[in-house]
Amino acid sequence: MIHSLFLVNSSGDIFLEKHWKSVVSRSVCDYFFEAQERASEPENVPPVIPTPHHYLISVLRHRIYFVAVIQSEVPPLFVIEFLHRVVDTFQDYFGVCTEAAIKDNVVVVYELLEEMLDNGFPLATESNILKELIKPPTILRTVVNTITGSTNVGEQLPTGQLSVVPWRRTGVKYTNNEAYFDVVEEIDAIIDKSGSTITAEIQGVIDACVKLTGMPDLTLSFMNPRLLDDVSFHPCVRFKRWEAERILSFIPPDGNFRLLSYHVSSQNLVAIPVYVKHNITFREGSSQGRFELTLGPKQTMGKGVEAVLVSSQLPRGVLNTNLNPTQGTYTFDPVTKLLSWDVGKINPQKLPSLKGSMSLQAGASKPDENPTINIQFKIQQSALSGLKVNRLDMYGEKYKPFKGIKYMTKAGKFQALLSN
Amino acid sequence: MLSMSTNNLSYNDQGGSDSAVEVGQETTPTSSNAGAGFGLFSTNFKKNDDLKEMLESNKDSLKLDAMKRIIALIATGKNASELFPAVVKNVASKNIELKKLVYVYLVRYAEEQQDLALLSISTFQRALKDPNQLIRASALRVLSSIRVPIIVPIMMLAIKEAASDMSPYVRKTSAHAIQKLYSLDPDQKEHLIEVIDKLLKDKSTLVAGSVVMAFEEVCPDRIDLIHKNYRKLCNLLVDVEEWGQVVIITMLTRYARTQFTSPWKEDGLFDENSETAFYESDEKKTKNGDEKKSYMMDPDHRLLLRNTKPLLQSRNTAVVVSVAQLYWHLAPKHEVGVITKSLVRLLRSHREVQYVVLQNIATMSIQRKGMFEPYMKSFYVRSTDATHIKSLKLEILTSLANEANISTILREFQTYVKSQDKQFAAGTIQAIGRCATNISEVTDTCLQGLVLLLSNRDETVVAESVVVIKKLLQTQPTQHSDIIKHMAKLFDNIAVPMARASILWLMGEYCERVPQIAPDVLRKMAKSFTSEEDIVKLQTVNLAAKLYLTNSKQTKLLTQYILNLGKYDQNYDIRDRTRFIRQLIVPNEKSGALGKYARRILLAPKPAPVLESTYKDRDRYQLGTLSHTINTKASGYLELSDWPAVAPDQSVRNVEVIEPVKEWAPSLGKTGKSKLSKSSDDKFYSDSGEEEEKEKGSGSSSSDDSSSRSEESSSEAESDEEKSSSQSSEESDKSSSQSEKSSSESDSEQKKTTKKPPQKKTVKPTAKDSDSDENGNVAKETSSSSAEETSSGSESGSDADSHSGTECKKKTKSKAKPKMEVKSTKVSLLKEVSLLKEVSLLDLDDFTPTPVTRPKMSVLSPSLLGDLEGLSLSNISSTIQVSGPAFVPEKRHDLLHRMTGKGLSAQYQFPRQPCLYQPTMVSVQISLTNTTDHPLEQIHIGDRGPTGLDMHCFNTVECLLPEASVTVSLGVDFNDSTQAANFQLCTKEDQFSVSIQPAVGELFLPATMTEQDFRKEQGKLLGMNESSATITMAAENTTRQPISRQVATVANLGVVPSGQDNIHRFAGKTASSGAVVLVTVELRESSAALITINTEKSVMGPMLLRDLKRALTRA
Repeated sequence: MIHSLFLVNSSGDIFLEKHWKSVVSRSVCDYFFEAQERASEPENVPPVIPTPHHYLISVLRHRIYFVAVIQSEVPPLFVIEFLHRVVDTFQDYFGVCTEAAIKDNVVVVYELLEEMLDNGFPLATESNILKELIKPPTILRTVVNTITGSTNVGEQLPTGQLSVVPWRRTGVKYTNNEAYFDVVEEIDAIIDKSGSTITAEIQGVIDACVKLTGMPDLTLSFMNPRLLDDVSFHPCVRFKRWEAERILSFIPPDGNFRLLSYHVSSQNLVAIPVYVKHNITFREGSSQGRFELTLGPKQTMGKGVEAVLVSSQLPRGVLNTNLNPTQGTYTFDPVTKLLSWDVGKINPQKLPSLKGSMSLQAGASKPDENPTINIQFKIQQSALSGLKVNRLDMYGEKYKPFKGIKYMTKAGKFQALLSN
Repeated sequence: MLSMSTNNLSYNDQGGSDSAVEVGQETTPTSSNAGAGFGLFSTNFKKNDDLKEMLESNKDSLKLDAMKRIIALIATGKNASELFPAVVKNVASKNIELKKLVYVYLVRYAEEQQDLALLSISTFQRALKDPNQLIRASALRVLSSIRVPIIVPIMMLAIKEAASDMSPYVRKTSAHAIQKLYSLDPDQKEHLIEVIDKLLKDKSTLVAGSVVMAFEEVCPDRIDLIHKNYRKLCNLLVDVEEWGQVVIITMLTRYARTQFTSPWKEDGLFDENSETAFYESDEKKTKNGDEKKSYMMDPDHRLLLRNTKPLLQSRNTAVVVSVAQLYWHLAPKHEVGVITKSLVRLLRSHREVQYVVLQNIATMSIQRKGMFEPYMKSFYVRSTDATHIKSLKLEILTSLANEANISTILREFQTYVKSQDKQFAAGTIQAIGRCATNISEVTDTCLQGLVLLLSNRDETVVAESVVVIKKLLQTQPTQHSDIIKHMAKLFDNIAVPMARASILWLMGEYCERVPQIAPDVLRKMAKSFTSEEDIVKLQTVNLAAKLYLTNSKQTKLLTQYILNLGKYDQNYDIRDRTRFIRQLIVPNEKSGALGKYARRILLAPKPAPVLESTYKDRDRYQLGTLSHTINTKASGYLELSDWPAVAPDQSVRNVEVIEPVKEWAPSLGKTGKSKLSKSSDDKFYSDSGEEEEKEKGSGSSSSDDSSSRSEESSSEAESDEEKSSSQSSEESDKSSSQSEKSSSESDSEQKKTTKKPPQKKTVKPTAKDSDSDENGNVAKETSSSSAEETSSGSESGSDADSHSGTECKKKTKSKAKPKMEVKSTKVSLLKEVSLLKEVSLLDLDDFTPTPVTRPKMSVLSPSLLGDLEGLSLSNISSTIQVSGPAFVPEKRHDLLHRMTGKGLSAQYQFPRQPCLYQPTMVSVQISLTNTTDHPLEQIHIGDRGPTGLDMHCFNTVECLLPEASVTVSLGVDFNDSTQAANFQLCTKEDQFSVSIQPAVGELFLPATMTEQDFRKEQGKLLGMNESSATITMAAENTTRQPISRQVATVANLGVVPSGQDNIHRFAGKTASSGAVVLVTVELRESSAALITINTEKSVMGPMLLRDLKRALTRA
């Protein structure tokens, strides 16, 4: 399956290689570099590149290309999914997944990769099994290791791999037993130039942080499970129970994990929480253009809209801008033509706006492209779809855990199309 | 070897130059923090003498440090092979981390240092006997990873031993080792197959994935090994780890294609029962099959489909796609729909995942538009998408386009054309071209839109438009000379060679249509010939030749000049072409017979190019595979065979009930845990017995006979069938004796647990009816609300109403329905009550907080636009008011003739009244007449067929006396298309399929507005949204009155007051989506008139135009 892995940074250097079968020369990456040169943007490198003897499947995360070398037929998603799992694991271990972090922890990285694949076939990808095998580096541990000469590799033999519940090890102990669930919803929307919604949909996830002693068996029920149109589960969730009763029943992994991701059925009208009012004009033949942008809250169920960030790619003809925000700060990069405005919190009494003029290339004709505005925001303590957790029950253990649930709404790919 | 030594050399060089640094470094003993050390070492290179020293020291910490530095060398691709002897000595170290790092090194370099590697073998052989399973496993893992041919026999032995190890983890490792050994020495195949056969029988979920992987690598053609394990694999599948699931599913797809007969032979009959059938037993299914007497699904085939379905919910995208491809390749056509939602879900994943998923959807959507059409919006392009994602989405949108949604798609495309990504804009233009050829209704609209793009500022856009227009003109060689003229004018400004060549080709091909211009273009080309690109030169020669044949008087000299230029061109293709053309067209003694046919050769009518998707034939590869992604056969790709005509013997999959007790029966050193994991049928959750029981109770069909380990999977399957058959009998019970159930409500309370699954079923089909989701929902809504009315028990009229409402809902139960009709209304009332109970029991709060809205409408409906108050754009709704009809035509259409209707005759007409039931519906009046000599009872609307138009049915006519007639009204939501509404008109005894075909003019609601507003609206609907024609009016139609009448007869439009005498305006909106429709009739001199229609519904525009043309030209 996966023959070799090369990590390539944004300047095109291979800074790590690992082979699971016989060694493949790194010259195979030349095909990748060729494709990289052809692509205008880093994102445009095709994920699957055939070469005469190998196939290169790559993912780009944190500005690092993870290039896997394949020699024969394999489902490409198999490889892609695995590579993403590798990145997730690195992030989990080192906090960030950067070239520097990987280089600093190259031994841990190598140990991890060794455990994750055997002869190119995934062996242990579950984070808690890996953590049993190889302890994540922490500052404290590094200090202790230096003094005592002990190692990062787990002393006791891992049992998770053998368990019938592979995502949970036995003998977990906590003094404070707690289970936290975060319901995070993202709204993706495209708003057309008249302000009406072209598409809008809500995706959500429930991320959990469960620190419970023993082998607890949890059930989580919703007030309105019908809202969930399409769901995908962590393997711990019992599918049949969900099918029959719309209850999530599971033995949780230890620590952080994503319990569920869902999509809210499109039948429900999505309430768009913010609106954009804009007036952007380019006059034919003149070197000035007007720019006006106002934001306001719409249907936010009484919660404040925070961390608002507006960004827009202005047409190439715009040389510079001279704008005044009523709040927050704005920047315009004359090279990339990227306008970004960090608005902060929207005050419904005094709506934030950005007004001013743009200087255009002299003599250039009116740009005919359609700029779009990307908006990011957050709404705390509310899930846009109205999803509510009803109750959480625990079976199988005697103690009484502390339970907490938090709701949040974020903008996903939230775009407004501008008129000319 | 050579490369190695050079490698060393360069490495030593580096070492030398850095020696100064090295000295400084060496003085401090390097037991410091490993991480920091590496940062330094990976950049500054050292000689490895110091490493050797450290490895030979006594301290573990020093050794470990050295190993870490060596690993860092390996990681950066530098050669550390000369340290092999020093490293290999540490293979038996007590320090776990050190040992692990040594293993990593060993595996990396063993191939290059085979002799030295042998030193380590004995250590592993010893470890293979260790009492700890993890140590045994890791020893086998490393041993089998050492690629040294000499140890093949040792490996073989170790694998065989490990395959019968008592620990499933060790057995899993041995499955991995099989592949390694096979790639090292393919001659061992026969022995390895034996081991695979043995491991395939293993019942542990841990082993299953790995051994199937080995099977795929070593002997994918030995399908016979799978037979006995097929059912077990199906049943274990859910509990196998995710990577193994992918491999097993892919293998089972191939297997199923060789073992089962095709489920696709069923005639077009759409089995609406599918969703329900899915959960039902195989027996029920086969019963259905018997009735249709066409196809009977093998229970094993069904087992596979059923057990893979839950995996669509996996978080692993590879698993989801592998299940999707399994359904695509194996499931009956009507069941494939279940994968749609999951695939669409994956589009929110990472960019790379999107890429692969979109490719698969692109292939699927060509064959099955309906699957993805409801999710069209998920394929809208975002400006942040990567280029290849954008083009894939474009591809899919183009495949999904049909008459109903083309206007939406074209509107979306209009935005894309303006994109800053010009490559993408060009792709969009091609997509418009494809839509235009596929859907003839919009060809003209698209063509006009493309012509507008010719004046775009961007060169790539213009060039692409030219190329696409050329193709379109070719498919439609009618009078388009004005477009050609326009392009000739643009010719000077276009620099892109492909576009220039296309224009030249068009000139030549249609030179007789533009006799004035073509020679002039040729003249210009003659001037610039030498500086053109090759492709343009070739087309110039072509043009010259064609003109020479048609218009030699004017172009003879020009042609000769161009041919002379071509003769001395640098490119041999052009010289060649020139020679050929000269021989062909210039008559001389040598030219022979061919010259006579020159005209027929050059000016032959050419077949239009077919614009089709590049994904057309991709389905020759199994979906989800690498080969499918790259569209060529990857090495190691295994073909998916065609379905066999006759299924092979299915008894091969039967397994003997008695199986010898496993040789690894629980013994010493065994923990309780591994005992659990060994028995195959264990669920992961088997430790919660209570849970298990519950699952069993709720009719879970998976094998849960964990208690009896000796039982084999055949009995498993049997019990499975038993269980499900009981379930199905329960089901049939329920449907046939509804009344019984309702009468004994308490009984059903008691049975609550057992009844749960059937209950679910009753709701599910409607909720999940993927094609007509909204309809389903609306129907449900009506049924529940009307049922409520009934329960209050007051009106007998609403009773009948609700009856029909419920029927829509329960259309899946088509088998039971006719019987239900026969029952008296009283029974049906009782039924309603019971149904109400059921519905409310299930739905709880779900209906109240989320009002059912139709998503398609929500985008356009004026009410929503009204919501967006405070936005700058003036809304359509503010200026337009729906008015009463100007004219109601008396014309009636036959719905059912009395001969075909066995005496019942029905006619329909459009009263042009706004529909009472729902504003988006068009009201239709049906007059029913009884021409028989006996009363007809219970006339009502039955099954609506699969088109799924939303309809509001009329109340059942209880009795129609002989010679009597009655008029009933009906609401139909035609969705702004002229698609016929098909339904069944039923009497007590008979059912007649009838259809209402609306004229396009009936789909409007008249509107009033001022002239100014009219102009403003018209201004917004130009370009693609405009269609016009010039006609010669019939003599009597030249004044205001007759024109208004004629227009109003054709279409339900309102008259707009007009200031000018010669211009007449009419306005309306479409019933379903409320889109504005504007008609202008402008009288010209001598009874000519220009009709212009502006509407964003680009299909309705031309249709209305055609109707108006006919009406106004007719006397």
